[in-house]
Parts: sequence; C-alpha cells; structure tokens
Amino acid sequence: MKYVAPSSVEEATSLLSASPSAQVFAGATDVVPQLRAGRPAPELLVDLKKIEELVSLKSDDNKWTVGAATPTAYLTEDEAFSHEFPGLSEAAGLIGSDQIQNRSSLGGNLCNASPAADSVPAMVVNGVRAVVAGPSGTRVLDVSEVVTGPGQTSLDDDEFIVEFEIDNMPARSGDAYLRMIPRTEMDIAVVGAGARVTLADDGSIEQAALALAAVAPTVIRIPDAEDALVGTTADDATLDAVAAAASEACDPIDDKRGTVAYRKQVAGVLAKRAVLIAIERAEQRNGTN
Amino acid sequence: MAVTEENPGYKWVGTRPIRPDGLEKVTGKARFGADLVLPGMLYGKVVRSPHAHARILSIDTSAAESMEGVKAVITGDDFPDLAANGAHPSDVDVANNTIARDKVLYEGHVVAAVAAITREQAEAAAKAVEVTYEVLPHVLTVDEAMADDAPLLHEGMITKGVDPAPEEPSNIASKILHERGDLEQGFGEADAVVEREFTTKPVHQGYIEPHAAVADSNSDGRANIWCSSQGHFQMRAYTATVLGVSPGTLKVTAAEIGGGFGGKTVIYLEPLAVRPSQRAGRPVKLVMDRDEVFRATGPTSGTRIKVKMGVSKDGKITAAEVWMAYEAGAFAGSPVGAAGMTAIACYDIPNFVVEGYDVVCNKPRVAAYRAPGAPMAAFAVESVLDELARNIEMYAIDIRLANAAVEGTQAAYGPKFPRIGFVETLEAIKDHPNYTTELGPNQGRGVAAGFWFNAGMMSSATVHVNENGTATVVTGSPDIGGSRQSMALMAAEELGIPYESIKPVVADTETVGFNDVTGGSRVTLATGAAVVDACRLIVEDLRARAAKTWDVELDQVEWVDGQAQHVEGAQPPLSLNDLAAKSGRTGGPISANASLNSRGVGAGFSTQLCDVEVDPETGVTRIVRYLTAQDAGRAISPDYVEGQMQGGVVQGIGWALNEEYIHDTEGVMENPSFLDYRMPVASDLPMIDCSIVEVPNPAHPYGVRGVGEVGIVPPMAAVGNAIHDAVNVRMTELPMSPVKVLEALNAHDE
Repeated sequence: MKYVAPSSVEEATSLLSASPSAQVFAGATDVVPQLRAGRPAPELLVDLKKIEELVSLKSDDNKWTVGAATPTAYLTEDEAFSHEFPGLSEAAGLIGSDQIQNRSSLGGNLCNASPAADSVPAMVVNGVRAVVAGPSGTRVLDVSEVVTGPGQTSLDDDEFIVEFEIDNMPARSGDAYLRMIPRTEMDIAVVGAGARVTLADDGSIEQAALALAAVAPTVIRIPDAEDALVGTTADDATLDAVAAAASEACDPIDDKRGTVAYRKQVAGVLAKRAVLIAIERAEQRNGTN
Repeated sequence: MAVTEENPGYKWVGTRPIRPDGLEKVTGKARFGADLVLPGMLYGKVVRSPHAHARILSIDTSAAESMEGVKAVITGDDFPDLAANGAHPSDVDVANNTIARDKVLYEGHVVAAVAAITREQAEAAAKAVEVTYEVLPHVLTVDEAMADDAPLLHEGMITKGVDPAPEEPSNIASKILHERGDLEQGFGEADAVVEREFTTKPVHQGYIEPHAAVADSNSDGRANIWCSSQGHFQMRAYTATVLGVSPGTLKVTAAEIGGGFGGKTVIYLEPLAVRPSQRAGRPVKLVMDRDEVFRATGPTSGTRIKVKMGVSKDGKITAAEVWMAYEAGAFAGSPVGAAGMTAIACYDIPNFVVEGYDVVCNKPRVAAYRAPGAPMAAFAVESVLDELARNIEMYAIDIRLANAAVEGTQAAYGPKFPRIGFVETLEAIKDHPNYTTELGPNQGRGVAAGFWFNAGMMSSATVHVNENGTATVVTGSPDIGGSRQSMALMAAEELGIPYESIKPVVADTETVGFNDVTGGSRVTLATGAAVVDACRLIVEDLRARAAKTWDVELDQVEWVDGQAQHVEGAQPPLSLNDLAAKSGRTGGPISANASLNSRGVGAGFSTQLCDVEVDPETGVTRIVRYLTAQDAGRAISPDYVEGQMQGGVVQGIGWALNEEYIHDTEGVMENPSFLDYRMPVASDLPMIDCSIVEVPNPAHPYGVRGVGEVGIVPPMAAVGNAIHDAVNVRMTELPMSPVKVLEALNAHDE
C-alpha cells in the first residue's frame, strides 16, 4: 500500500486514472478504521486534503463554496455559515466527536456512502451541489445523485468531489437536522432527519424538503410529507401526516443498532420535530440574510 | 460527605492530596501492559475459533511455520493435558479456556498462537494456521442451555448441589439454595404480593486497556513475565498450572493497569507468550485488540431471574421467593453463588427461598465483574420492592428502612451482621437535597439499594525507612483504584511523617510477600492492614532505638508526630530523620515486614437515588441527576472513594440503558467494538453526587470496609424504578434501551 498526497486536482486525477484500484480519502476517519477492520488494502491511498481548493470555506453574493475535504469543524465554527445553515452545521457537528470533526469532511461523509451519514440529509434538503473532477474535466451533480447504495456512489473510479456549492438560504427559510442515537455522541444514527422550509408572507409553508437517513439503503426524500406541508401552517393534523408519510417511506433493516419497527416509528417523530425546528428558524429569518 | 462518627483527629487519613502515580500517568510515562519492548522481542498473535461450538478435527501448522519471520507456532498439544494428569477440575478449566484441546466452546476460543519477528508476519502466520472443525449445535442462553435435549458443552457435567445427584449430564453445573421459615405462611401474611420475571444480557467490564503480556524464557526453564493484571501472584499461579511448572520458576512483574473491574483476575495470554518464548529463545509479546477483548474475555453473566415477594400493609416483607439462572459461559463458575447470597441481604426477611443455577453455554467464560452476580439479582429484587411499595402506598426509602438489615440481623446467607451502615445510607439519601428536588415533565425518580460482602484474604507489606527519614511502602497489590494513595496516607498517619515523604511501590512476585488479587474491594482493608502492621513494627523499632540511645526503658519513649519523645521530656526528641541517619549505630537498617490473613471484612451497602427523563416518543432515557450514598467504613482517600462510587454507578447506568452482547444465530458476536457495544460516554451523564457514609469497620485499624464494588449493585434497579416513575412502564429486561422502552410504551398505550 502506497500513500500519495497530490497538490492539485489535475495531479490527483492523473494518479487515479493510472491506478484504477486507488482509494481517495480526506480525513481518513472512515478509511483507517475500515482498513484496521480487515478491508483489503488498496495499492494506492490518495490523500486529497493537500489540494488547496479542497480545504476551503468561502461565500459570495449567491452561494457558499465548501471544499470537499474541509474539516467539518470549519463549518461548525464559522458563525456566518452556522447562522445561515444551522441544520447543516449541526449535522456536521454530530459526526463522530470533536476530535473526529477536526478531520471529517462533507466529501468524505458523502462518498463513504453510509446510509446513516449525518451530513447528507442536511445537504439534500438544502439542495447542495457537488462539483466532481475527473480526467475530462468537471461536472456538477446534485448531492442526492451521488450515493447509489450502501458503500456505492455514482462517481467513476477516477473521479472525486472537489467542492460543494450551496445557494444562499432564501429569506423566511430555515433548516434543521435531528439524529436519534442511544447515547449523546460517538455513535451512528439509528434514524436521522433533515428538514428545510420556506414560508410565504402569510406564514404558511411555501416550500418544504424532508430527508431521512439510516432508514433505507440511501438517504431518502419524503415527497408525500413535503406535499402535505406545502400550503399549511404545520398544524397537528399536518404533522401527523408528515410523521405517517415518513414512517411509510422507510425501508429500514433490523440490526444491532435498531429494529425495523423502531426506526419507522422514530423516523416519523424526528421528521415532525425537524420540520418544527425548521419552521421556527424560518420565522426568525424574517428579512434577508 | 456524611460523617456519622467524628474523625478522631487524623492528620492524613481522610485528606485529598495529589495521587502518587498521577505525574507518571498524565505525562504518559507510566508503563502499561503493552508498553514493554525488549531486545529481540517477537510479536505473537492468537488464532481463535470462528465457531461457537465445534470439535477440532485437526490443526495444520506447517504452512504457518514455514512463513518468513515465524519463530514458533503452538497449539493445545504443546501444553500438559491436565485432565489426563488428574488435576483439579477448576485447573483443567483454566487450562482449557487458555487454549482449547479437543473442542472449542465459544467464538473466540483460542486454538493456536504464533510468534514472529514483526506484528504483520505474526498476523499473516495466524491466518495460515489451518484448523479443521466439525461444527456442533450450540446454546447461547440459559433457556437454550437448560432445555431438554440441549446440546452439551461438557459430556460429563453432572449438576452439583442436587441430592441425589442426577444420573444424566446437563449444562447445569451446580444448584444453590438458601431457605428459611415457611414461604406459604409468609405469603399468606402478605397484603400485597408481586411476582415478576427479569432477563439481563452479558455485559463486559469495558476496561480501557486490552490484555497484554510479555514473556521472556531462559534456557534453564525459568521465565519472566510482565503483564497487566489485578494480581501478579495469581497470574503466576495460573500460568504455572497451565504450563505444568513450579510457580517459583516464574517471576511476574505487574505493569500499570488500565482498568480491570474483576476481569483481570484471570489469565488469558501469559502461557501463550511463555511457550513460544521457550521455543524461540526470545521474548514474546502478546496484545489483544478490542475485538478479542470482547469475544474472549470477561464478560459477566446474562441471567433469567424470577422474584416473588409479599409485604404487609405496614411495609414488612413477609416472604421472598427468588429463582435465578446465570450464564457461566463455556466453563462452570458463574457468580450465581454470590447472587444467591446477596439477593435479599439488605433486608431482614423471615420466610424465603433463594434458588440458583450455574449454567454453561457457548459464550466466553464469565469473569468477575464488580460485585459479581449481585447487580442482576438486585435489579430483580429492588424492582419488585419498588412495585410493592407503590401497591401499599409507601415511599421507596421507607419500605427499605422498614426492612433494613442492622447489626445483629441474621443475613439470608447465614451469618449475623456486625455493625453495618445500611440504614445510614438510606438516611443520607433522605437528607440530601436531591431527594426533594422538583421533577419536570416526563421525569421520574427511583431508589434502589445494594449489598456486597467485601473481601479480606491475604496480603503482605514491607516498609523501609530511608536514610533521610522518608519511607518506602512496598506491597504486591496492583493499584487499580487508588490503593497507592491509601497505603501512603495510612503509613503517613502511622509514622507521623508527611504523605509526600512516603513512596508507595507495587513490587514483583520475588520482592514482596504473597498478596492475593486486587479484588473484592479488599486492598485498602487487607493490604492496608498489613501496611499499618509493618508501620507499627517500625515505630516499635524506632522507640527501642531511642530508648537505647537515651539509655531508658522502652515505656519511657512514645512516638508522637514522627518523633521519639521522652514521656517526661527528659531528652530532646529524636525525629525519624535523626534516627534514620544514625541507624548504623543503633542496629542497622530500619525495615519491617508484615503478612496477614485479613482479620475481618466489613460489609458494604449502597443506596442510590436516580432521576431520569424519558422521551415518550423515542424511548430515550436521559439521566437527569444521580445520588449515591455508600458506607465506606472510613474514607482513607475521599477522592478515590468518590471515584469508586461514581465509577460503579456509571458502569451500572451503562448496564441499565444500553450495554449488551449481541450474537447472531451462529453464536458470533455482532458488536465487538465500543461503537456498537454502547458504554456511556461522558456527555451521557450528569455529575454523580456522592454521599460518603462512615460507619467504621471494627476489624480494621482505621475502620475501612472496602468501596470498589457495591456501587454497581443498585443502578439498574434505580434507573428502572425511575423510568417507571416517569412513564409508568415496568421494565423487566436489560438493557432498557430506547427500542425496549418504546416497545413497552407502545404496549402500555394499547
């Protein structure tokens, strides 16, 4: 097993093209434990975090750009980012532990392709786009198009994510992410729920997005719950419909972390609670940024 | 701290100085089991069974032996066949658990070990050892193991403790029975009777340091062993037994220990390091990874327990019937005996039957875990008592006060209690502000109590006075809970010199007299008494030297504040420093040894008050606040006493809420990591409030009882009772995980 740390996107893509079994990584918070657990070692480990644009956090008038290997601690500690996307920031702040968050990244969390990845539902509901580099240049994917199954992505072997683009949070909008674990940290989501809403001038919900983690092979959107919310003020009956739609959409497994019945029931609970937090935040963001 | 008797003017005992081992531990200098590296040292790797139950048909080591860097490969055949040699059955079990001979009895059971120049070579060679198995049907729980026609682990196992002895073998190793009075009459007198059945899962001690051992054998058959354990004399004895050698040929040096909680009173690796070291003529190091620790060491028993109890309207328990079956794992020896003795020991009950079964199954052999056996029994009994108190509308504390064992109560397991402090722990809870703190929505409060014997056993200590008047206190008790500080505090008190002038040392098996394991909460009691004895011999010697110097009778000299004083002030005092400097002229070096078999244990009681908040929609239980009151006898080192009290509670909360062994249908453990074996993390817990009760043990010079274990006995019931108080569901299965609590809430709503 060889280790290499390219300093440019071009260098990295050419390394990957030349070595089909290479494994890219950022903070290695998933790769190292997997290797220690007996996963066959790749011939080449490509460390992406020495490439400048992969470790950066910046904003302009329209959007934020987050390097794919940027430690998630950069997000949680950035006041402007966390003020604008509190749900995404909180999701990033739930990965592993404080120490892990000095190395874990949105790119790694997404491309590890765990159904339980905390940052992914929060990215999905915020319509985050991934800028993917490959030998023939870059392409842009919606985050929801990246993961195709547990441990599987739609990226080619010689592709990797350079950065994420996140359009500014519109006025009267808010996001939230909630995770159920039996402990308070250092655990993997039994259920995760991300929500985002935009309110109309009359206070009713104009747009809604809801995504769940750890209840299906990939993070899933819940269109029935989103449709149920639009045009309402999230009254109790609507929230019950949201919970029911969330539970219904789940396709979880029984495993050492939770049962099918538990995951379905709690998915509904977290969906409802995440929506309520997102609405509260949207109400507080009355004006512009 | 609730002090029930005045501190009789101690200068050092009961203070909170900096711990003697602190600097080396915070700077990373302390050497734990895995830290030792010797020149020419080989790295070992153990080969383990992937099956829960299988016959070993053959082991082919030839491929592994021919690999690069490999210096030795050993199997069960490389050790004496103790069964064939007529050894004691418990020694045979130790040997067969260390390395399997004919059958593997659990997933993770050792079948071979290799030693090679590098770790990677050893790992590769371990994979190349070819073992052919005939897989056998397995049993994982007491229910499966006790079923008719259950597959047998040991074909010759005849249940002990049954008269007449059964003719057919079974998986039941033994039965225990305690009874008194007339059960039928007792239940007849009851105004309320509650009967419940409880199950608990195996849980691991969860020490942070995996097992590790280094062995260096000499060509004359002698060997040095360095290992992390709770008792290097015991490691020496067990290792000698398994190797078939005299204990005197082995020298065992205790490494610093990163937690044991009972799980490091047994051997796993030591013989597996010595044998390859003999073959290769080089030192061999073996270190487990976490996965191995979970699959092959510890844990404590999973259980099924039925409890039926009755009370009269005034809260008096009239009868108790307890039936319990404890998993022993692969070999006989679950803690059901202690469970039977502790289950109802807190209370004075006229009519009872306590019946227990030690049941083998295809899981790792259980090891001691903090008050072994008692916590599960207390979960059952204290939950039923909580329900009875509700039925007769009595406060949980008051029903316990109404039945509490006191001095003179005949314990359910036989003896009459001497002075004990159970009532004082109940009162300490009542007196604490937590008892009356208002609860919020979905919050509940639970009380539970626990008993543990505490152990005495054998200890030795040597005290040397150095030439500058400082002292070295040498014991053979590994320090897992602050014993070095306790030894130094008692020695400072006895010698009358500053705590900082005492250096407490844990010596190897050839440097100090015999010491039993650091277990049973016994070290401050028994090893502490040996230190006190040795210090008193030193003081006698010092008085004699002063008398000789002054040419007066011995009774004219007293030892006060670290100096010899003439009773009438006829001579200027001689300090320890003066006497030490002149020791060459007064009889030579000043030192003393003391060895003892402990003169009397002091039983420990703990009462705990737990507040929880349950999320009724997710089943998540959060500990809001937690109070533990425990009788320490005397808190020599209050910091460490509180540490032990809090540690027991924290482990108990983990056991209560989330910890469990999860096996698949093939008997393979599914969660052998701290990610999925969910011990509590720091953010899961509030500060655990402590109320130290001091009802001195008359059998110890400072009144010590021992504090390490009883704190883990009440928490599961305290948490369960609090959950009931919060959301009105009675949890009878551990762990009370969110999944289980939500299931119970759903069932309750229907």
